Amino acid sequence: MSEKKPQLIQGNEACVKAAIAAGIKFFAGYPITPSSEIAEGLAEELPKVSGRFIQMEDEIASMGAIIGGSLAGAKSMTATSGPGFSLKQENLGFAAMAEVPCVVVNVQRGGPSTGAPTLPSQGDMMQAKWGTHGDHPAIALCPASVRETFDLTVRAINLSEKYRTPVVLLIDEVIGHMRENVVLPTQDELEIVERKKPAKDLDNYLPYKADDDMIPPMANYGEGYLFHVTGLSHDETGFPDLKNPDVIGGLTERLVNKVEDNKDDIVEYSTENLDDAEVVIVAYGSAARTAATAMDQAREKGIKTGLITLKTIWPFPEEILTDLLKDVKTVVVPEMNLGQIKGEIKNCINLSQNIVGVNRVDGELITPAEILEAIVKEES
Amino acid sequence: MAVHLRKYLRLNKLPHIWCPGCGHGIILNSLIRAIDEVGLDQEKTVVVSGIGCSSRATGYLNFNTLHTTHGRAMAFATGVKLGNPDLNVIVLSGDGDSAAIGGNHLIHAARRNIDITTVVFNNNIYGMTSGQYSPLTPKGAYGTTAPYGNVDQAFNLCDLMISSGASYVGRGATYHAKQLTTLITSALDHKGFSFVEGISQCPTYYGRRNNLKTAVDMLQWQKDVTIKKKAAEKLSPEEQQEKIMIGELHKVADRPEYVEEYEKVIEKVSKKEGTTG
Ligand SMILES: Cc1ncc(C[n+]2csc(CCOP(=O)(O)OP(=O)(O)O)c2C)c(N)n1
Ligand code: SF4
Repeated sequence: MSEKKPQLIQGNEACVKAAIAAGIKFFAGYPITPSSEIAEGLAEELPKVSGRFIQMEDEIASMGAIIGGSLAGAKSMTATSGPGFSLKQENLGFAAMAEVPCVVVNVQRGGPSTGAPTLPSQGDMMQAKWGTHGDHPAIALCPASVRETFDLTVRAINLSEKYRTPVVLLIDEVIGHMRENVVLPTQDELEIVERKKPAKDLDNYLPYKADDDMIPPMANYGEGYLFHVTGLSHDETGFPDLKNPDVIGGLTERLVNKVEDNKDDIVEYSTENLDDAEVVIVAYGSAARTAATAMDQAREKGIKTGLITLKTIWPFPEEILTDLLKDVKTVVVPEMNLGQIKGEIKNCINLSQNIVGVNRVDGELITPAEILEAIVKEES
Repeated sequence: MAVHLRKYLRLNKLPHIWCPGCGHGIILNSLIRAIDEVGLDQEKTVVVSGIGCSSRATGYLNFNTLHTTHGRAMAFATGVKLGNPDLNVIVLSGDGDSAAIGGNHLIHAARRNIDITTVVFNNNIYGMTSGQYSPLTPKGAYGTTAPYGNVDQAFNLCDLMISSGASYVGRGATYHAKQLTTLITSALDHKGFSFVEGISQCPTYYGRRNNLKTAVDMLQWQKDVTIKKKAAEKLSPEEQQEKIMIGELHKVADRPEYVEEYEKVIEKVSKKEGTTG
């Protein structure tokens, strides 16, 4: 392994390096700004590790292909942006229902529709949770730096394999295209998770019989187990049973609970200056970077301000935030959308506490001055 | 059915849900006979389907099976093949599934000439959703959404596949079940994208509305309208219009296959890495 040297790379490039390091062997995608560097990077890197890349005819096909690739045993991912993410939703639901590990990177751009292609946005936070139909598990991570893009890409792949579910990595254009000098971990410093395999009992394999951890061991196609995979509601054998409400409800609840009940393991966040804070900024992605500066400026003005940076957006860390925010007067939520996550944070505070959003949907970054202004206004 | 073929079926999932007289079971029968003829390794074979009456076939087949979303079987199958090229991949699809919602994936799989065998169960109608017209419903025929006769022009799927780059294309019919088995056998034996259209009957939704009241009427219609490729070539263009050509319609051996082409990339890159790294 080569020695650790700082390198000047983009968030999207860090994502590519992480994908290879975490063992991705198959990528299917369709180009879209601002995510294309991920496809381009993996087109170059995958054949070097005997992995395969394919540029599919559209995003629907790409999502279907990575599900197929994963079932055949290859760790699989795709990358896209806004409109492409919308197209992936039906098959994203399939991956959740059929418990197929895979990673979808969404380097967000302005919307709705073709929106503002090259401009930053954090507009798909809710789509990552509710984009596909029905109740289903959702894991979504959100990096705030180039190094964190590397770390959270590895983590997204690991979580998808561990929980047998699609994981969404929500990058914003600023982080995806920003270059930073980073030192990446070496391969032996990384923890790589492999999917849990069934006992070698070929005839009695129940592909959807969950262990106590709510996750069924997963055989790959071609390993000798002959099993059926469907997007229909199914029992432990993998076959549909639509006559039994317990089977339908039980499956949906298990799928959701295997994620919701494991928040302790899945949720990551960081805190700064919370001890004495009267004002707390809760932020994620590039807005968290701006927020850090605003926090310092507010402190200079004598306003006791802290910062919580969310790395895991879904499952939402409601209990953690309720606890962390219980003594603060004001919560400030800067987002490059009209308050998608602010709505969730509102559920974590009581009526005597203020919550204010600092929002932009014009393709411009939120500045420290805007956040500072909101803080000063609330405190005066 | 020959006893040794039973291993290819999930007998505990039978009887199937298809209506009495439906042609889909005949195509399924042809398929497992062909698989047996070719000697595919059951454990190394993945059968992928979309959504529709036809696509329920994967549930009855004792292989690695994947029942996907409507129209997307080909996309999932492409991923399976690239995820593990040692697997034999078969796609089963309906005419609506493959030619309407899945049309884009179908033509691109053919263009890539990826080593997947596709069998389309063509009953000229949407069966599962109860009789709406499909892209293969003939002009003038009736469906629940074509109460005054279908205005759309129908696809000739085999021609579409040939022009898209499929390297094996055949068309058969449930009336000619033996020939259908032969066609699927050749398709499975073929390296590259192979495509077989199987004309099937849906007496429940197509027949009833189109004056072919029973399965027998529909099979009689198949018998009358189909013509072997050689015989068709002797007819005038106008006479050909009246007929549906069956048999092996297209076969080329020298088109590069997609996965093999990609393996060459892997080889090229690893050589380069080897000399410089
Ligand atoms: C995205 C989506 N759109 C529509 C449907 C409804 N649907 C289910 S099967 C089907 C048509 C099936 O027709 P075909 O492929 O011809 O197969 P058949 O049932 O005739 O064998 C449709 C439209 C669906 N399941 N998903
Ligand atoms: S509706 Fe038509 S295609 Fe579907 S099972 Fe019945 S006869 Fe067959």
